[in-house]
Amino acid sequence: MIYFIFAYFCLATLGISIMSLTRKNPVHAVLWLLLLFLHVAVIYLFLNAEFLAMVQVIVYAGAILVMFLFTLFLLGARQLPKHKRYTSILEGRLLIGLSITATLLAVFSSIKAEYSGKYTIKYVHDVGNTKAIGAMLFNEYSLAVLILGVILLIPMIAVSVLAWRRKDDTS
Amino acid sequence: MIPLEAYLILAGLIFSMGLINLLINRNLIIVFVSLEVMLAGVNLALVALSHYMNDIRGQVLAIFTIAVAAGSVAVGLSLLIAHFNLKKSVDTEEIRELKEE
Repeated sequence: MIYFIFAYFCLATLGISIMSLTRKNPVHAVLWLLLLFLHVAVIYLFLNAEFLAMVQVIVYAGAILVMFLFTLFLLGARQLPKHKRYTSILEGRLLIGLSITATLLAVFSSIKAEYSGKYTIKYVHDVGNTKAIGAMLFNEYSLAVLILGVILLIPMIAVSVLAWRRKDDTS
Repeated sequence: MIPLEAYLILAGLIFSMGLINLLINRNLIIVFVSLEVMLAGVNLALVALSHYMNDIRGQVLAIFTIAVAAGSVAVGLSLLIAHFNLKKSVDTEEIRELKEE
């Protein structure tokens, strides 16, 4: 039974990403992206990553998608001029993409999980997924969390600067 | 038990679909959307490896990825709006301000 559910989510994820990447209307693309994030969150649940699934839904589906939609509505997605959608395929970009795909598939199909850490499924189940991740975050990766705070602060300032500069600019 | 390769191949396929679209598409908004799809593939590979190697560091790295992606997308979208106000276009082929002619 679990195999059928997993197969559905695999195929649905692939189909949804194709749909989201080929839509002409950017609003439709962003809405398909929302569906993709929800499906990926369910695949995280298959992998015993409940906290990450929740973060995925809250941060990606809740915050980043809303940011995308705000941008689209600020631009006025319907008034965008109609251009050609793709660059000329013969420039070799598609070839680069396909070769990277082939390399990734060749590498990923030969990876074996030989290393085994101490966070077994039973341990994580006993402690609790969120607590295990939180302990790892604030003990071993505490400096990285601080740097992450700076990384989130700087874009905030940058976005404010970009928005403020519009007043005295003659555009 | 679902094999690790299934998750990794799924992640690779998602990543490379996003990559191909990022390379060949001309609409800057769709380019950002495909960036998000690529990041979803990367996170999926991280979480799958973290599960099968009994180590929780993969999930911590995925959280870092999500946070940094949020910041980068914020800056990218505001730059997109600034460029759109200037040029009234979101075509990647028309962004040539830095190109030496």
